[in-house]
Amino acid sequence: MQSTSYAIITIAVVVLGTMLTRFLPFIVFPSNKQPAPIIKYLGNTLPGAVIALLVIYSLKDTTILSGNHGLPELISISVIVILHLWRRNMLLSIAAGTIIHMVLLQTIFVG
Amino acid sequence: MSVQKAAFRAALPHTLPILAGFLFLGISYGFLMISKGFLPLYPIFMSMFIFAGSMEFVTMGLLLTTFNPLAAFILTLTVNARHIFYGISMLDKFKHMGKKKLYLIFGMCDESFAINYATRVPNGIDKDWFMFFVTLLNHIYWVGGATIGAILGKYIHIDTTGIDFVMAALFIVIFLEQWLQNAQHSFSLLGLFISGCCLLLFNDNFIIPAMICIVVSFLLLKKVKEVKADAVN
Repeated sequence: MQSTSYAIITIAVVVLGTMLTRFLPFIVFPSNKQPAPIIKYLGNTLPGAVIALLVIYSLKDTTILSGNHGLPELISISVIVILHLWRRNMLLSIAAGTIIHMVLLQTIFVG
Repeated sequence: MSVQKAAFRAALPHTLPILAGFLFLGISYGFLMISKGFLPLYPIFMSMFIFAGSMEFVTMGLLLTTFNPLAAFILTLTVNARHIFYGISMLDKFKHMGKKKLYLIFGMCDESFAINYATRVPNGIDKDWFMFFVTLLNHIYWVGGATIGAILGKYIHIDTTGIDFVMAALFIVIFLEQWLQNAQHSFSLLGLFISGCCLLLFNDNFIIPAMICIVVSFLLLKKVKEVKADAVN
């Protein structure tokens, strides 16, 4: 493990890097200036794709070719989609999907 | 009721799934740090100042290897590059905001971004304060979880296998909501397709290739539309 002062520097560097990725767009395109049309276009179209990217990102450790072949995830996602289209209650959909996933992993797909 | 109080009450229910997810992940993180021999102050301060879940797990690994700040910096930019997209998406929403803007940008983790971007704030509720409280509550849950894990982790034994799925569930529901609210689906579908393909091709390092492919394909799409429009004229 690194000494305390080295550790503090490492953590500070990570904080700096993280903040750079968060602040960069606001520094490059300050609000008193009109952003280029191309940035406006990306600002309007990217979010849909970013949420999709997050969905894939949060499922990236799912094993499709081995283990339980992603079945617990497939079942839980189906439940979320059906329940959400039916009741359209975010908390209910999220809670039901998560609880089903937990039950599946702890009872049927143990291991 | 004051503006802030009303915004807080409106924001709270939207953060409840995050409460579940962050407490679980935060506790695991705090507990893991302690088990690797770190003092409790480390997970507490790291969760407070880095406030980017996956990067904190990565940083733990960095602290356990040889000191190399440049490599740490580059790795951070790679892992967190997706935040640049969040900023571009939020340029407009954060536009006319005072000092709160700084905190909202600082605290823009995946979950806060997703909720603040996708939620339609009810009429009569101040949007800026709403987003502020969503961010603040999520921050508190995360630091709270890490602190509990760092201090009590050794004594907590509940079988939480599978609870981390709550984050996937949140993003799936937000994706569905976006889908139901917008008539235009091509960008969401393209994002899903590109991200999926990049995951298959690049495994854990798929984010940056996916980001590049998304931007390039969206720009090409714009170009194609413009050329078509010109042809019609």
